Amino acid sequence: MDKLDELESQSIYIIREAYYHYKKLAVLWSIGKDSTTLVWLVRKAFFGKVPFPALHIDTSFKFPEMYKFRDEYSKKWGMDLKITMNKAALDAGMTCEKKLDCCNALKTNALKMAIAEHGFEALLLGIRRDEHGIRAKERYFSPRDESFQWNYQDQPPELWDQYKSQAEEKTHIRVHPLLGWTEVDIWRYLKREQVPITDLYFSKQGKRYRSIGCTTCCNPIESNARNIDEVIEELETTNTSERAGRAQDKEDTYTMQKLRALGYM
Amino acid sequence: MREDLKFVAVGHVDHGKSTLIGRLLYDTNSLPPDKMEEVRLASEQAEDGIPEFAFVMDHLEEERKNRVTIDTAQIFFRTPKREYVIIDAPGHKQFLKNMITGSTQAEAALLLVAAEEGLQEQTHRHAYMLSLLGIKQLLVVINKMDLVEFSQERFEQIKTDITKRLNEFNLTPLMVIPIVANLGDNVAKKTERMPWYKGMTLLAGLDELQPAPSVEENTLRFPVQDVYEQDGEKILVGRVASGTIRSGQDIMFHPLGKTATVDYVKTLEGKQEKAEAGRSIGVVLKEKGAMQGLRRGEVACDLSPSPRVGNTVNATVFWMSGEPLKKGETLELKCATQQVSCKVKKISERLNSSTLEILADDADELLDTEVAKLTLKADGYLCMDPFEQVPEMGRFVLMRDTDTVAGGVVH
Repeated sequence: MDKLDELESQSIYIIREAYYHYKKLAVLWSIGKDSTTLVWLVRKAFFGKVPFPALHIDTSFKFPEMYKFRDEYSKKWGMDLKITMNKAALDAGMTCEKKLDCCNALKTNALKMAIAEHGFEALLLGIRRDEHGIRAKERYFSPRDESFQWNYQDQPPELWDQYKSQAEEKTHIRVHPLLGWTEVDIWRYLKREQVPITDLYFSKQGKRYRSIGCTTCCNPIESNARNIDEVIEELETTNTSERAGRAQDKEDTYTMQKLRALGYM
Repeated sequence: MREDLKFVAVGHVDHGKSTLIGRLLYDTNSLPPDKMEEVRLASEQAEDGIPEFAFVMDHLEEERKNRVTIDTAQIFFRTPKREYVIIDAPGHKQFLKNMITGSTQAEAALLLVAAEEGLQEQTHRHAYMLSLLGIKQLLVVINKMDLVEFSQERFEQIKTDITKRLNEFNLTPLMVIPIVANLGDNVAKKTERMPWYKGMTLLAGLDELQPAPSVEENTLRFPVQDVYEQDGEKILVGRVASGTIRSGQDIMFHPLGKTATVDYVKTLEGKQEKAEAGRSIGVVLKEKGAMQGLRRGEVACDLSPSPRVGNTVNATVFWMSGEPLKKGETLELKCATQQVSCKVKKISERLNSSTLEILADDADELLDTEVAKLTLKADGYLCMDPFEQVPEMGRFVLMRDTDTVAGGVVH
């Protein structure tokens, strides 16, 4: 087995653990490369089926390419797609002038609404340890309390693939099957498996998106990588961090920690 | 082929683990410019303004303010030889469960000892825990050599102390390296300041570590994780724990004690001839009705050698909860995909995991960070193998309500 085989099998094991323990499960799909890899791994775990809903938290500010990709592949892969939008905040004129408030309202609070509406006990999320220092501290199975808070100072021990398999009442469990993958692992896997991906990641006129989210808070990087092979080659030589183009991480040194303690992904 | 290696950095609080890792990333040019900037800004906001490599790893706000590591973190870097995953584990006694969480994911360890302080409480404890967790490959670094004026005598003395201690647990360090983590001596580059040291730098030493050996040649153990039914077909799913499962192979399920023949291995891509240890797969059996009674927790094994099947478990257990274990208490035991309730019948050889002092031969309770031999009586049968032979089937966790409170191994 090579490294990709090992990562794939580990992720499938975790997805199947989540499915065994939590019947009200959903996969959070942001249409980016990581959560699309996650959806692909769900299909592998269940021999081509996606036996629980895929949840898209729609801020209304996503790229048109993302909406198109979502609608095409949710149909092609037979997914039960649930879309949640915080309409009240949008109607009240929420914009990304204040990043922390905007992410909190349109993503975190929208996620709370979706969990309340559908009664999800557990969510599969495509976060990775190498994305951001604060995510490096995560567990594969990570409980959130009623108010969504992450108690990062006292996390449960996680030994030998034995995960927290029961949640106290009124909490939900975040499950992170991709925690051990790096950015370049994702790209090598997308290439090997020929997973379809939105072309926002590929260079047009000397620029490409390395990380995608809302049009308002994502800046493209200078790049001539026009396809997967060139992206892999670029990543093998770069030192710039993946989320350098994501404005919400930058507002102050501890923004990501504050966002995540409030329940951000 | 594998091209990565995971190692955990352990040692007493303030002996410099996070600093060393920050330095390793710096020296291997693995730090992105914006992360360097982030470190610089955070250092400016610190009262003394001293740049801190540890900030790269210690990412939580509380950790930066107090300069201690609270939880385990993972970070990635590469040398020309391979990719590394470093697991940074906290050195405080109260964060031992996080050190253990980090260590169970590693195939090698880097143990730090500060030259001026020498072996301390957590140095001893971490060394012992590594041996319990079955980590065999170990590098030792003696840090802060600048604080002892680069004394060879001091280095040799600590080297003797730590080697002797490790030998007691059947551990032998691959090498012992004198370094200064924050200044970089012997981390990536040989230093001029310790000409008496003829060995390798830490970075060269890491490249000498061997990846964990594959267990696909071992005896077959396939713990059933779940049973799916799709298009009228019943599929056992799970990950092969050891050995290789093949189409046409005769297997026996334990603890049920039922034989069957493998029809084929199933994946999204279709029918496969075989699957080796580590693979998450589906298995379809030949005989109609063979699926009767098969569910999560059954383990498909070679006809021989059989695992041990029984309802009594004798094991070495480390306790990780502030709420002590009481003799007579009932806990849930989880080994691979098996789960049974079990009662603690006996707590013997209760041990301080740092001093290794026996606190009681026959105890009524076990406290946080202590280790003991437990006799557990399960309310059902389970199958296990000695930890040394099939690691996945020889280790388990104990749960109280919804929390993991202990880990254990059977020999």
